[in-house]
Amino acid sequence: MSFASIVSLALGAILIENFIFSKFLGICPFMGVSKKTDTALGMGVAVIFVMTVASIFCYLVNELLLVPLNLQYMQTVAYIFVIASLVQLVEMFLQKMIPSLYRALGIYLPLITTNCAVLGVALLNTQNGYSFIGSVVYGAAGGVGFLVAIVLFASVRERLDATGDCPKSFEGFPIALVAAGLIALAFMGFSGLKI
Amino acid sequence: MDFKKQLKDGLIDNNPVLVQLLGMCSTLAISTTLFNGIGMGVSVTIILICSNIVISLLRKVIPSKIRIAAYIVVIAGFVTIVDLLLQAFLPALSESLGVFIPLIVVNCIILARAESFASKNGVLASAVDGLTQGIGYTIVLVIMCIIREFLGNGTFGGGLLGPEGAGIRILPAEYTTLHIILPFGGFLVLGCLIAAMQYFSRKAAEKKKEALK
Repeated sequence: MSFASIVSLALGAILIENFIFSKFLGICPFMGVSKKTDTALGMGVAVIFVMTVASIFCYLVNELLLVPLNLQYMQTVAYIFVIASLVQLVEMFLQKMIPSLYRALGIYLPLITTNCAVLGVALLNTQNGYSFIGSVVYGAAGGVGFLVAIVLFASVRERLDATGDCPKSFEGFPIALVAAGLIALAFMGFSGLKI
Repeated sequence: MDFKKQLKDGLIDNNPVLVQLLGMCSTLAISTTLFNGIGMGVSVTIILICSNIVISLLRKVIPSKIRIAAYIVVIAGFVTIVDLLLQAFLPALSESLGVFIPLIVVNCIILARAESFASKNGVLASAVDGLTQGIGYTIVLVIMCIIREFLGNGTFGGGLLGPEGAGIRILPAEYTTLHIILPFGGFLVLGCLIAAMQYFSRKAAEKKKEALK
């Protein structure tokens, strides 16, 4: 894989085909953990890590186990198993090494298992037939895209809460969705980018 | 068992999307034509009922420490079945929903119902819960689809009705706005729907207070 195609794959996954704003993958943690910028940052970094490692392991499981045994129809089950065990590892690691981040992420840490971005990236890697390097780059760049999106959105939300000037029915979640929509609109501008 | 109460719970009081705010990825992503919405809603409902039944049957066997992993394996099994069935019998739907069919595994609604309902209640009640929650999800999905398709494309029933399944045209094409079909529209329409829900539940609560006085 040439360097240029790696760069274009990575930039595409971060800006043009952002996992949140154009593929709608990983909306639940995006909405749930975006109240404060620093927790959002922690979540983003955890997701980058899990997405990269999940891409590596799912690629290996698919190439070395499922394809030779002709078990491709078990893909979904196998991938979710790999991801669930990975998340368990990350959880144990954080609990030991960075307890403050562990407490801040709370319930959302085990929920990375059910983050559709992670399973989504594994499935998309297989579907698009990326090579090993392609899968890793796509996984990492997808994670970076998630980080960019969630940190941007968290800072918008912090200001929204600070002004608190919105109709009563829109308070809380609905106004956050509308704000996310506006950021998505801004991200659409990147689709004109030619790389 | 109170079927009426469970139905009202699933549809309004505890609607999975509008009140519990679960399963938003699929709600936002695929709600562009009526065909997609109904297909996704029915698939999720079937999987929800099946997984609720199995998990409720196994609730005394599964050790509580590994219960989440066990639930996910059960759910993934049913999702694989539905995925393969759709590929065989409804290839058009399978193609337009794409990666979002296998992603039903990580749809939080199913896991949330397994954890909060099926693991504590009997088989029949769990099956009914799966059905009512599934209907609640499907209805929100269908409403989203109708609004987005109407504003974005000017049609009704895309993929199902009209000439070559293109939908029945209501608005002339030059009065529509493509942005509602794009991701931006998904966020906006769902935000407005949840706002409407909050408005009506606030009004209902105020009315109840008035009546008490």
